[in-house]
Amino acid sequence: MITNKKPRSSDTDSIYMRDDRTEMSEDDDRSPSPNSITHDSSPTRTYTTGSGPGTGPGSSSVPEYLAPCPDQVLENVLENVLWFLTSRKDRNAASLVCRSWYRVEALTRSDLFIGNCYAVSPKRATSRFTRIRSVTLKGRPRFADFNLMPPNWGAHLAPWVSAMALTYPWLEKVHLKRMSVTDDDLALLAESFSGFKELVLVCCDGFGTSGLAIVASRCRQLKVLDLIESEVSDDDVDWISYFPDTGTCLESLIFDCVECPIDFDALERLVANSPSLKKLRLNRHVSMGQLHRLMVQAPRLTHLGTGSFSPSEDVAQGEQGPDYVSAFAGCKSIVCLSGFREIIPDYLPAINPVCANLTSLNLSYANVSAEHLKPIISNCHKLQIFWVLDSICDEGLQAVAATCKELRELRVFPFEAREDIEGPVSEVGLQAVSEGCRKLQSILYFCQRMTNAAVVAMSKNCPDLVVFRLCIMGRHRPDHVTGEPMDEGFGAIVMNCKKLTRLAVSGLLTDRAFAYIGKYGKIVRTLSVAFAGDSDMGLKYVLEGCPRLQKLEIRDSPFGDAALLSGLHHYYNMRFLWMSACNLSNQGCQQIAQALPRLVVEVIKHEDNLDMDENVDTLYMYRSLEGPRDDVPRFVSIL
Amino acid sequence: MEGFSKNVEACPRLLDLIPKERELLGDREDERSSSEEKKLELRLGLPGEDWPLKNTRERHESQLNSFGYFTNGNNQTQKFPSSADNSHVWFNQQQKGQVAPPFLTFPSSTTPPTATAPQQSLPVMAKESSQPCCNKAVVELQQCAEKKAFSPPAPANTAVPNSSQKSLEFYHQFTADRRCLTAPGPVVGWPPIRSFRKNLASSSGSYSKPTVESLNKPVETCKKGLFVKINMEGVPIGRKVDLKAYDSYEKLSSAVDELFRGLLAAQIDSSSNGIMNKQEEGKAITGVLDGSGEYTLVYEDNEGDRMLVGDVPWHMFVSTVKRLRVLKSSEVSALSREWKHQAREGARELCEQIAMNFAVKILHRSLNERT
Repeated sequence: MITNKKPRSSDTDSIYMRDDRTEMSEDDDRSPSPNSITHDSSPTRTYTTGSGPGTGPGSSSVPEYLAPCPDQVLENVLENVLWFLTSRKDRNAASLVCRSWYRVEALTRSDLFIGNCYAVSPKRATSRFTRIRSVTLKGRPRFADFNLMPPNWGAHLAPWVSAMALTYPWLEKVHLKRMSVTDDDLALLAESFSGFKELVLVCCDGFGTSGLAIVASRCRQLKVLDLIESEVSDDDVDWISYFPDTGTCLESLIFDCVECPIDFDALERLVANSPSLKKLRLNRHVSMGQLHRLMVQAPRLTHLGTGSFSPSEDVAQGEQGPDYVSAFAGCKSIVCLSGFREIIPDYLPAINPVCANLTSLNLSYANVSAEHLKPIISNCHKLQIFWVLDSICDEGLQAVAATCKELRELRVFPFEAREDIEGPVSEVGLQAVSEGCRKLQSILYFCQRMTNAAVVAMSKNCPDLVVFRLCIMGRHRPDHVTGEPMDEGFGAIVMNCKKLTRLAVSGLLTDRAFAYIGKYGKIVRTLSVAFAGDSDMGLKYVLEGCPRLQKLEIRDSPFGDAALLSGLHHYYNMRFLWMSACNLSNQGCQQIAQALPRLVVEVIKHEDNLDMDENVDTLYMYRSLEGPRDDVPRFVSIL
Repeated sequence: MEGFSKNVEACPRLLDLIPKERELLGDREDERSSSEEKKLELRLGLPGEDWPLKNTRERHESQLNSFGYFTNGNNQTQKFPSSADNSHVWFNQQQKGQVAPPFLTFPSSTTPPTATAPQQSLPVMAKESSQPCCNKAVVELQQCAEKKAFSPPAPANTAVPNSSQKSLEFYHQFTADRRCLTAPGPVVGWPPIRSFRKNLASSSGSYSKPTVESLNKPVETCKKGLFVKINMEGVPIGRKVDLKAYDSYEKLSSAVDELFRGLLAAQIDSSSNGIMNKQEEGKAITGVLDGSGEYTLVYEDNEGDRMLVGDVPWHMFVSTVKRLRVLKSSEVSALSREWKHQAREGARELCEQIAMNFAVKILHRSLNERT
């Protein structure tokens, strides 16, 4: 038995941890709190020489050893039991019990989750876990989405798919987030896994319609093809027509992010040939008339992305169009509605028949006003997830608060993402939502002005908050009523919301805000900081005070080497740390790299300035079992 | 102006009209293209940084440097070219004389141009920059380590265009504080929204289709290579080739063979019996340049026209190609008939145009003579 069961700060079986929920929403971070039990996943170190139940028939000891039957039985029982263990947190714990449990757990794990594709090599992962059916991989850090990282940084799928092609012939599901995927990777994937069922690409890039065509034509068992917020290049290939004509098992086809036009006839045939289709999200090249035809073909849809939601250009003005209302009335199962990419607001009322059943509504591409919204939202009593543009103004948010008592998640995106305008939503909207939607768990709110009072109110009214992300778009902007920093507001959030695990701060913030976070944010796992803080103390408070911190991303804040060094005790417990445009120097980063050998410390320079400079532009560091990666581009240096 | 009119005094011979006309045309073109080039080649720099002149057109660099770019030299206030140097500053106008550019007025600029070789120089307004440049520059904070005080911009009697004003403001910010606390300008990645959410405002009001940034980049130019997409008929996967790696059509042709031979064989296999026959390498793809093979190489140029590969000199091809395609030769012959027709049409139109202009000129002259 392992003699030391205390948590160790070396790594990391937690690399393999994964949430039970299979959804991956836009900025998902729903991994459970990191199991502080970690273990060095190099198998030799955990093998013990102990006797007892731990040793079983694979043990390399006495030549005349006779495997006692009870042990064999125990192991078989264990195997059967462990098959049912799905939570990866539990699995990691089980694998630490003893060598036998480690081995059996590895044999019975079917879902592999890798939170950072560079934390472990494909070879290591595939040799430990040999019967994987589903793989989830995450690559780039989130700030790369906002152009803070030069392209071609890495996170290539290629080595993974090559390794998996050899070891996981029965692979069924691949979920990727922020990875670089090429058409060749997709081709290899389609070739190698005959029973492939599910491909989900979130925020990925590097591939095009040719890759999609290969997947469509080769993967005969494909049930799910979800492309979410990925960049798909237009190779002039009509990929939809590559699905087999004889029928598909498609249950979910999501391609609203694909910017290329598609052949509608091929799509219509596909929908007609896919009797199991439940989720269909169209891109903006599908007009309302075409949508109508599809809805008539597929009345059993549960999730619908409506495409452009405007008539195609060749429909004459005033011409009697199809009856959209009855089309929606015919789709009685719709619970999730999105799309509206180029909406003509007059058509919005067509969705009325489904409003009463809607649990999720995404209007975040629809420039609609409060007047357009009110008649619709007043019917959405069951709504739990609502994404919208700030064009609905505070008034629209008040309408939401009045009706949507079941709301769990709200995201308000800016129609115009600039810093210098008045802004249609403010603390008024936030206050209204906090008073009306008491069950709120997750909020993302972009605004131009805010007050501490409203944020405090939300902290008190919505005790179930798990995710609080407030983005006051003007940098360093204080409470616009009192002129004070936003410290008290965010302080109240960490103090009152006992379930809070994800926090993003903005506005004028002093070190005091960070003191609050360090003091009260004991279960915070993800923290995003931008243009905040006064001194090193800010970062120190956080690193010393938040034991569960896993992901920390900071930009343009005055934190320096001293602050960085204060986190040495904790970095092995984190998935990553990102700091860009702060006050770090090469020396400080070197110190970290030397003190923590299992940490990969990447210094990323902007491409135009490759001279070795004392100042560090961007620091990205993460724990890894593999040491420096071998696909480093020239603008990255690993210390 | 003055120079121009001098030449017109004598009784114009018909033949004289043509060179002048071309000059005029040339001016406009040059102005346009160089103003476009201006946008392309100018970047934000810092006080004291030398302008990297990447364009290979003839320049007299030393002269340019002395003409007082706004930021040239940390300690200098902006220099106005002295009157004697006026002629060199304005692009394309040297031969004809001084035409004050719209964006900058000099205190005095009346001396006639000296006859010099045409200098298509960078304009003095060196700081025009497109928005992305600004963003990028603001983020590259390491460059502001040089905290030199930037001399104040335009004095009262100089009209400075807006973009330059904005860029000058950026410099103030750079030098003020590394963290750019007071920077009013936009910052990279802020607010933190993904790029596909950012174009919504541009389509508002008219409910027209949003101008989504094209995610298709058929040509990526980087310092290392010139990548163009290449698709082969019947093969769904496209590839990319780096044209800078080749210096002749033959090399390109053999590269095409290498790239697609295996893929084509796989495609043929898969469509016939579904089993990848790994032993067959597939037959070579040859004759793509001369029409003798089963496939022919065509390309799309920067105007969107499809052309046969091999007709123009290699370097010209490289500069205009946007995308390559390998088509079945049978299809191409249909295309080539179409091209010939188009070429004839185009040539005819051009001739008509020239004849028309010529006639108009003559008319004008004869009218002027009579009065």
